[in-house]
Amino acid sequence: MVTPMVSTNTPARRMSRLLNVREWPHDRVTFALTALLLLVGFPLTLSGFRLGMIGKYLTYAFPAMALVVCWGKGGILSLGQGVFFGLGGYCMAMFLKLEASDPQSTSIQSTPGIPDFMDWNQLTALPLFWRPFGSLTFTLLAVFVVPGLLALGIGLAMFKRRVGGVYFAIITQAIASVLTILIIGQQGYTGGVNGITDLKTLKGWDIRTDSAKLILYYVTAGLLLGTALLSSWLMNSRLGRILSAMREKEERVRFTGYDVASLKVFVFVFAAVVSGVGGALFTLLVGFMSPSFVGIVPSIEMVIAAAVGGRHSLLGAIYGSLLVNYGKTFFSESLPELWLFLLGGLFILVVMAFPNGLAGLDVRRWLEGDGYKQLRSRFKARALRPMPLATLRDVARLEPSPAAPSRPHGEVPR
Amino acid sequence: MSVSELFSITIMQGFNGLSTFCVLLLMALGLAIIFGQMGVINMAHGEFLTVGAYTTYLLSEFSHRFAPWLIGSYFLVSLLFSFVIAAAFGLFVEHFMIRHLYRRPLDSLLATWGLSLVMQQAFRSSFGAREVSATLPDWLMGSLEPTPTIDIPINGLVMMGLTVALTSGVFIALFKTRWGIRVRATTQNRAMSGATGINTRRVDRLTFGLGCGLAGVAGAAFTTIGSTGPTSGSLYIVDTFLVVVFGGAQSLVGTIASAFSIAQAQATTEFFMTGSMAKVLTLMAVILILMARPEGLFTLKVRR
Repeated sequence: MVTPMVSTNTPARRMSRLLNVREWPHDRVTFALTALLLLVGFPLTLSGFRLGMIGKYLTYAFPAMALVVCWGKGGILSLGQGVFFGLGGYCMAMFLKLEASDPQSTSIQSTPGIPDFMDWNQLTALPLFWRPFGSLTFTLLAVFVVPGLLALGIGLAMFKRRVGGVYFAIITQAIASVLTILIIGQQGYTGGVNGITDLKTLKGWDIRTDSAKLILYYVTAGLLLGTALLSSWLMNSRLGRILSAMREKEERVRFTGYDVASLKVFVFVFAAVVSGVGGALFTLLVGFMSPSFVGIVPSIEMVIAAAVGGRHSLLGAIYGSLLVNYGKTFFSESLPELWLFLLGGLFILVVMAFPNGLAGLDVRRWLEGDGYKQLRSRFKARALRPMPLATLRDVARLEPSPAAPSRPHGEVPR
Repeated sequence: MSVSELFSITIMQGFNGLSTFCVLLLMALGLAIIFGQMGVINMAHGEFLTVGAYTTYLLSEFSHRFAPWLIGSYFLVSLLFSFVIAAAFGLFVEHFMIRHLYRRPLDSLLATWGLSLVMQQAFRSSFGAREVSATLPDWLMGSLEPTPTIDIPINGLVMMGLTVALTSGVFIALFKTRWGIRVRATTQNRAMSGATGINTRRVDRLTFGLGCGLAGVAGAAFTTIGSTGPTSGSLYIVDTFLVVVFGGAQSLVGTIASAFSIAQAQATTEFFMTGSMAKVLTLMAVILILMARPEGLFTLKVRR
């Protein structure tokens, strides 16, 4: 709707625009509301325990947000996002575990000073790849670099050879499966099925107390909102537009002269690093890391969180993660039988009827009683519709027709 | 260790590899024709296999309780039943789900994953979380012992026979029937086949049904070598996808070759190290080869 230029500057008009919610910039308002909810709403209303749970769900929002950038924007579906989440988490857990197993507190072991699970597995010295994790600086760096490097390797190998689509999805899923088997199999080095547990302090700061949890919650929420801003900037930049073009017609972008493979590698690495940060925060908040957050099932749950929130919406990823994981906790406590039905049903429903997830719901139309009709039309096969005749005529017309300007406002040409 | 012992070990280890090969190939057959022809990834394929396995179990229970005359031959009947039930369910799923997602392969992957979750829970709710096993008829028990040190179980041999029969059946269907011609035409060039009057939608539907039916028969065959639980189908799904992708998506020969090489590699490495490390090594090798040769072992020369 085009407002005439003259009237925009009168104070009355400005006032009425300020009060007219519909004219607010939607993305900024939703971002501000989300920030308000995360930074003020949840901490004020929830008990320490519940807030800790929300914090945990928020760490899952990191990989979900990464998937929005990588899958929603770039069209690259990674079914192995848990790999990067897990790597970030394991890096952090290794540092915390080394700090928790100083020689005094592990004096009953046959080899004091190494993590307890190594002692149980008859290891007598710290493995070489564990040594650098004694340093916090190295660990913080590793949280970014390890997932990023793995993603760089996978991305270079796959995208340079033009492997994409379902092939890429299958192979990332296989990698998730391989890493899980490896972690479980190498019990002495990784803690096996139980993972790395009993994490206590970070540089002497006890991470298990309520005040520490509150601070960690704020760190998580702050970083998450920061990531959302960064990703939003990325998606709205020139790069983001090329990514959208690539998702729709890769060949054409390639023929236009863009290096599609490098773009894909970049996005994939970005997504991996974001997921890794989420994993590290998860370890800090929850106090352990295990292979059950690495494999195929957690990876695909991250995808469903992104899909429920809306695969094109960064903030949707936050709400999707909160909703899916809250649902998981709630139903597996009270009605475990029902949960898989619901999760599976949610997958099918979101993919088939609501490809844009929560973010795609047109609330106004639903309130106007159009909901059922909308739902039904969504279920119908979405084949390519023939171009409407009127539009074709408009295209063919060289000069503006006299009838066109007189069309009443708000009526969309059919 | 004498030469004859070494020989026996080689034979037995080779036989283990062949059993794994049969499992992988039976699962991959249905998947390969669905993926090869339609580009649809059916994540619920393992659950269609479980449908066949539970059908066999039910039939075995039925014959033991109500129809003793069926005990000897129920397995043959169940092969047919498993096919029909799994195929019918496949057609149902195709009509209500897959059909709408042909243009969105990534979405069909997610939707069928959801379906697999629902089906797993449905199995758990109706059959319990514990694994069940069909009572094998007498002629499937026991083993052959050509020499005192070699021991080859009969059910493994039957499974191999079934694999050979099913694979040849698929080959004949694809290369000697009118339906096969239509399928191959649709695979190679969908628009062109449509233009020549082939009803590609119908071909898709039939192919999906057939693929699911094959999974059902595979499930029936599995009951001879192991027990059935709600999640037994999904155990192999990742391996199976790798088999299909590794072999080259549109080549049946490639699927057979890749199932064979993956199975033998796994059986051989298992002899030298723990099972989990053997699996890691095999899968890593497959992934690395795929990175070097993304189109798989065998490719169909198609002009795009």
